[in-house]
Amino acid sequence: MKFTLSWLKEHLETDASLDEIVETMIAVGLEVESIDNPADRLAAFTIGEVLEAEKHPDADKLKLCKVATKDGEMQIVCGAPNARKGIMIAYAPVGAYVPGIDLTLKKAKIRGVESFGMMCSAREMELGDDHDGIIEAPAEAKVGDPVAHWLGADDPVIDFEVTPNRPDTNGVDGVARDLAAAGLGKLIAPAPKAVKGAFESPQKIALHFPKDAEDACPCFAGRYVKGVKNGPSPEWLQKRLRAIGLRPINALVDITNYMSYDRARPLHVYDADKLKGEIHARLGRKDERFLALDGKTYDVDETMTVIADDNAVLGFGGVMGGEDTGSTEETVNVFIECAYFDPRRTAKTGRATGINSDARYRFERGVDPNFILPGLEMATRLVLDFCGGTPSEIELAGAIPAFEKTVLYPTTEVLRLTGMDVKPEGQERILSALGFDVRKSDPWQVDVPSWRPDIEGKADLVEEVARIVGYDHLPTATLPLANAVEAPKLTPAQERRGRVRRALAARGSLEAVTWSFTDERHAALFRSSNELKAAGLYLANPIASDLGVMRPSILPNLIAALQRNADRGRADLALFEVAPAYESDQPEGHKDAAAGARRIAPARHWSTASHTEDGVFFAKADALAALEAAGAPVASLQTASPGPDYFHPGRSGYLQLGPGKRLAAFGEIHPRVLKAMDADGPVYGFEIALDAIPAGRRKAVKTRAALDASDLLPVKRDFAFVCDADVAAEALIRAVRAGDKALIADVTLFDVYQGEGVPDGKKSLAVEVTLQPREKTLTDEEIETVSKRIIAQAEKTTGAQLRH
Amino acid sequence: MSDLKSLETDLMAKIDAAGDGGALEDIRVHALGKKGVVSERMKTLGKMSPEERKEMGPVLNGLKTRIGEAIEAKKSALEEAALDARLATEKVDVTLPVRPEAKGKIHPVSQVTEEIVAIFSAMGFDVAEGPDIEDDFYNFTALNFPEDHPARDMHDTFFFEPKEDGSRRLLRTHTSPVQIRTMMSEKPPIRIIIPGRVYRCDSDQTHTPVFHQVEGLVIDRESHMGHLKGTLEAFAKTYFEVDSVKTRFRPHFFPFTEPSAEMDIGYERVGNEIRIGQGDDWMEILGCGMVHPNVLKNCGLDPDEYQGFAWGMGVDRLAMLKYGIPDLRDFFAADARWLEHYGFDPLDQPNLAVGLSR
Repeated sequence: MKFTLSWLKEHLETDASLDEIVETMIAVGLEVESIDNPADRLAAFTIGEVLEAEKHPDADKLKLCKVATKDGEMQIVCGAPNARKGIMIAYAPVGAYVPGIDLTLKKAKIRGVESFGMMCSAREMELGDDHDGIIEAPAEAKVGDPVAHWLGADDPVIDFEVTPNRPDTNGVDGVARDLAAAGLGKLIAPAPKAVKGAFESPQKIALHFPKDAEDACPCFAGRYVKGVKNGPSPEWLQKRLRAIGLRPINALVDITNYMSYDRARPLHVYDADKLKGEIHARLGRKDERFLALDGKTYDVDETMTVIADDNAVLGFGGVMGGEDTGSTEETVNVFIECAYFDPRRTAKTGRATGINSDARYRFERGVDPNFILPGLEMATRLVLDFCGGTPSEIELAGAIPAFEKTVLYPTTEVLRLTGMDVKPEGQERILSALGFDVRKSDPWQVDVPSWRPDIEGKADLVEEVARIVGYDHLPTATLPLANAVEAPKLTPAQERRGRVRRALAARGSLEAVTWSFTDERHAALFRSSNELKAAGLYLANPIASDLGVMRPSILPNLIAALQRNADRGRADLALFEVAPAYESDQPEGHKDAAAGARRIAPARHWSTASHTEDGVFFAKADALAALEAAGAPVASLQTASPGPDYFHPGRSGYLQLGPGKRLAAFGEIHPRVLKAMDADGPVYGFEIALDAIPAGRRKAVKTRAALDASDLLPVKRDFAFVCDADVAAEALIRAVRAGDKALIADVTLFDVYQGEGVPDGKKSLAVEVTLQPREKTLTDEEIETVSKRIIAQAEKTTGAQLRH
Repeated sequence: MSDLKSLETDLMAKIDAAGDGGALEDIRVHALGKKGVVSERMKTLGKMSPEERKEMGPVLNGLKTRIGEAIEAKKSALEEAALDARLATEKVDVTLPVRPEAKGKIHPVSQVTEEIVAIFSAMGFDVAEGPDIEDDFYNFTALNFPEDHPARDMHDTFFFEPKEDGSRRLLRTHTSPVQIRTMMSEKPPIRIIIPGRVYRCDSDQTHTPVFHQVEGLVIDRESHMGHLKGTLEAFAKTYFEVDSVKTRFRPHFFPFTEPSAEMDIGYERVGNEIRIGQGDDWMEILGCGMVHPNVLKNCGLDPDEYQGFAWGMGVDRLAMLKYGIPDLRDFFAADARWLEHYGFDPLDQPNLAVGLSR
């Protein structure tokens, strides 16, 4: 919402400076977005007087002028036809920036003659389109005066954000009322004087709504004015409209725009001679269309309120009028419409049509129902003033919607909710200044003015008082703490995410944050489209077609991100994300997840050959590190193979606490998945269902178990087994461990071998077993006994034979 | 006696001339071995008269000791020399680079969220969370959004495909649904912050369809706007790690608070850098207010008995402001160059005792 300072001063008697006005607007909740003072832009331009204007010795169209300026007498070469002795001009000195030609002036030589500065046209100063000659200021201007002052360009334009609760501030008078209440001056908003009608309106109006839609337009008032002479509106009005960015059209249209901004009262003026029979407000009908003022044709439907005559739809009520029945320069008889349109339907029609008009903006926020008739009177007066003519009596269909609202208001509420102690007298003064009617019963009964549809209850009145007093006066209070030192605040699940993040970053992975959505083609590689649909994970209005479904896994986004980085030349990269993945659209379908993906380039370092560890085990190590950080019982984890079907079937697995208790999956991403995603392979990844990890509670007892360390030297023995190639190493390790649970402290698998010396279909697995004696050094016989048990266990559970 | 002298001179010269441990050992055997020249002389002591022995004993023992010591000394010297020689061959170029290790980083959104949590947990706030996929009631109705509020429009809010009964779920547009869930399930006093992902149909220079919010909620019988101001001022000062911060509260409008406000902080722009805590410019950083009586009622709380305040702020934006990160969209691009540059070392856990950041 824009207005100019001089416009405001028509509604506010004040000595306040522009700065004070702006500060007060902000303080009362009218958020000023910009102040555009043309005078600031024109600060470099001052009045000069042309003392002499001779023809340029070497150019027919140029003149050589001597100009009196604030900088003394200057020689300026000028091409304007009106440059002549005696006129007062706009002087721009050397060094000044001329916005209209985007140029900073330098001393110039024009056809061999030096020129110091410039005499400017309106267009060069961006004061209008006129470029036929230089601007001529009034004769009483003095050399050195600011140009802005003499050209009427010193009226600052203030732009502020109208919050949806304050439709009244869509009018300059509403702004003035707030400022007056805040002590900045006196509100000037006289009720418009009634204009006596000279005859009965020949134009009849009516409301035709079904019972359940009567609120769409409860009141439609209008007035016929005959014999008007339309033309340009007065200069002061055009200037104001231009200042706030509106284009003056003609007096009748300009009046409606003026009313919209001056009093937040949209109106419409019809060329009465173009109307056919009665005009009425009704719901639209399917298959109706109409050509609106913006030159576009719109489809009408049954949810919309329209104004129509016997012929056709003339306009969308409260949104936009029609092209065919608007007033033009030739208009002689007019019909002024002033109605009340329901905010909800107006907003809906506005959204459906995409029309953003000043009328829609005001009606959808709510116009003052008690200003329908005064607004009509005021508009009639302006029509008579600008265009002459004779007005009819007022035509009224329906009735003024009643606005009666009283709030029961204990004055202690301000202290209770804001901590500010505002005396009842002060509260009364503020409420009255804002137009509320205060009756000081206990509690107070406060009548709400008809232009404040936002006020519902006492909290709203607290805000009114508080904002006018000013939030600067709020006390600064500290929330009391229940404990001298606060107890821990994070839940185990929250803490777990932080630990997983830092564990993965510590392993060299970069944490990424990617969209919660993903490409549905990518999502379908991780969970079938049918399942995704059934789980309700498809967006109805995605922002882009490749962001159409909630991600069932974080992996597709990470794989895509790896590829984007690879395309930039980053082949060796590990990314992870700890964030939700979505199983369904229900709260329990919001899953805490962690996932990582990496691409591994062959290591090139001077100290080794290009040996690269199998990425599958990078991914497994990542998963294990994350699980450990998350508090999972890592020692009890089993590895099951293969993993989910978006992993390589031979190079992937689950980490689980037992069948059906899967915590994580890891491995090489399936080449088919990568191909479908246009990603280069191989990519290794893991994903963890953080929710599935048994909740690690903080220990109630902090005492650690006593250290059980033996002084006796541990004994190490190596065993090489030959077993079937498909025996899981983990099974063999477990079997070896089972050889003597008390004595065996550790089992390390140090060699896997297939080839010469090992039969086809078999492999050799070599483990180092650490035996930790407790009470006394082990004898050879004891070691022999354990070895036999180890070999027996291995054979029994895996079929492995000791290799000889 | 003189032959002993010459024997000693001879042995000493041999020891001195020994070139390695083997030669030295030969000399030791030659001199001090069972049949060594010195050992043989020692044996003669037994056949001597007591007087002779008294004279010759110390002389021969002295000789044996000196020869033994000389051999030991020479042995050490040879070992030292051998070590020096070996070390000389073991030289490496220590200027060679070490094996590179990938350096992981924590995303600014996670880091800043943890910073915010650290501050508010010290002020007694719990951390509450809720699902991203919500319904109309928790996201709008309970929060006092009127039925036709524009935020409920498909232009602003992501909706899911409608269900058979016509209802449709949506992506929360703020973390406020968690306020509702908390107020409906817990009895006041309530003091929570709510970090999380939020969603709006917006994508341009300064908007992304996903961003992060932290909201706060305090419900009890006495907290008012003064507490709101004190809490948020303390937050701003601690978060931006400045000695003082200028704040300005302006009236504003939100459906779910009354009275409502926006908080601005004072700043100054020096070149490309934003300096919080100095200067005369104002920047809005959050919206806040007293929880609307209708919201309390919708959660089954009597607005005449309970009261409190709430606020909401953008985590991504707070990260941009504090750490001078220029473009919001980069937060979600997973560009390794950006993550390495703006990310945080995993060892730097936000902690009020050591300061929130380095």
